[in-house]
Amino acid sequence: MLGSGRAFRRPLPGRVSSHETALGHVHTRAPDSDAMNSRSLPYLLIAPALLFLAVFFLYPFSLVAWQAFSTDEGRLTTEHFADMVGYWKFNDTLRNTLWLAAIVVPIQLVLSLLMATMVSKMQRGRDMVLYIWTIPLGISDLAAGLIWLAIFEQTGYLNSILHGLGLIEQPVAFLGYQSKLTLFVAIMLAEVWRATAIMLVILVAGIGLIPKEYNEAAEVFGAGPWQRFRRVTFPLLKPSLQTALILRVILAFEVFAVVIALSGTQFPVLMGAVYERQFVLRDTSVAAAYAMLILAISIAFTLLVLWWLRVPKEARI
Amino acid sequence: MSTLVDGPVRGGRGQRVLFIATTVILCLWVLVPIYLLFVNAVSSSSDVTTFPKPRVPAIDLESLRFFMNYQGVARASWNSLVVACTTMVIAIGIGAPAGYALSRFDFRGKSAFRLLVLLTRAFPLPLLALPLAILYIRVGLDDTVLGIACVHALLAMPFAVLINFSLFSGIPVELEEAAWTLGCNRWQAFRKVVLPLVLPGLTASAIFAFVISWNEVFAAAVLTIEHRTLPAFLLQSLNSAPLHLKFAGGAMLVLPALFFIFAVRKYLFAMWGIANR
Repeated sequence: MLGSGRAFRRPLPGRVSSHETALGHVHTRAPDSDAMNSRSLPYLLIAPALLFLAVFFLYPFSLVAWQAFSTDEGRLTTEHFADMVGYWKFNDTLRNTLWLAAIVVPIQLVLSLLMATMVSKMQRGRDMVLYIWTIPLGISDLAAGLIWLAIFEQTGYLNSILHGLGLIEQPVAFLGYQSKLTLFVAIMLAEVWRATAIMLVILVAGIGLIPKEYNEAAEVFGAGPWQRFRRVTFPLLKPSLQTALILRVILAFEVFAVVIALSGTQFPVLMGAVYERQFVLRDTSVAAAYAMLILAISIAFTLLVLWWLRVPKEARI
Repeated sequence: MSTLVDGPVRGGRGQRVLFIATTVILCLWVLVPIYLLFVNAVSSSSDVTTFPKPRVPAIDLESLRFFMNYQGVARASWNSLVVACTTMVIAIGIGAPAGYALSRFDFRGKSAFRLLVLLTRAFPLPLLALPLAILYIRVGLDDTVLGIACVHALLAMPFAVLINFSLFSGIPVELEEAAWTLGCNRWQAFRKVVLPLVLPGLTASAIFAFVISWNEVFAAAVLTIEHRTLPAFLLQSLNSAPLHLKFAGGAMLVLPALFFIFAVRKYLFAMWGIANR
């Protein structure tokens, strides 16, 4: 058995000579052991990526961190953070961002799990349905904001529909200054609409990796659909759920263009505050402090997700 | 049997009706808002601001035409296209070799490298536009296409590396080894055997990088002044532009997305499957 395996890598002498004439030269040894290829090749291959990450990720990251914690003279300070927290809109900004994430992400989790399970059960039309459900993946947050603006603005479709049903006489200002609740709902719907697709894709891929036999075995032993999901699919889906949730939670704290498109500056969020500091107030250090805050929240929630969906080593497939 | 969508084989009739109804509702949930945006984009400016709206929309290309001729739109679209293509080239040019290395070699620091790539994905990357804005002024990259493309490539690179990692992992090493035994060197074997096999997937991951760049707003808005990309341009003119122009711009942003997702739909799932592990 071992011999035949080797023969595959290293051709038999008789066959080599036949190819020698055809190709002019022959490698009797696998190229792994060639001088140029041996140990250095993988490092050569990842070198551009490493260099790129160093220049465009690690270096700017250290710059932004330094800027958030230092004065112009180069002393360490927390004054930019004090400045950030002391700003009158700060509490609203932080609360809005956290509330939005706290409501949007669980809805998306349930919705994407439902859609992924449905896709896995679909017999016909699976490809078409999947295509439609993943369309929002390619749509930018700005475009999504504009899409929902077409529905919610004062002369938008929602008002026309409500009028058609005889529920209202005059158009309602859903996105107005006085209607905080409908504004929040509009932003929430736009976010759910736009960003569920990324979770769906990851979960569909994850479900595809679970051997069908596991579910069948559970069924043979009399487990109902809910039990099968709870005891078989969910635990095996944890790695995919981890990826999906981490990615989604981080993006949720970066919510920006959807909010701007729908509300202007009426609904302050963290990323909007960064933009405002950088451009309107020209205060780069406080913008950097906001950046650090977003990073800290992202890391905290990433760890939370990792802990919640931890997979014991012995349970990995 | 004439339905386009069909549910599980087992289960009662009621269950199947429920299944299909839910599927249809979820499809409409995605499609109707897009449809409404497009209707708005091809309505006249007066129709967009009428209340209540006419039942049957009258098609009028006036606002789209106006949008296309609007000061700066054509240039912003062109900038977006150039930036996205540059991003695509950088992300794949850097990501594909790294993905190949991850799938074919065991080397020291491999897991550290993978962790670094994953770490960038777990980081609010657009924030890096702030220090880069200052850095770019120093090196003369400020307000240039290449400058934004580099940031977008950073956004796209974790995906490019992981997607390529799973693509190359899907090609059996034995095929390459067979080519070596037949006299190819590593490069020839890669070009003649592996490359044709991964090319469709590689294209898909390139398109994915394109979409990431095409849609990115924050970094583009921070880093450009004259050379605005389309999203940055739209964001900047949100306050001043009339409604019908916003919708025309939105439609312009969405349209390519429909084609791109259609083009890469087969690979979306394959690439996440292995990348998760």
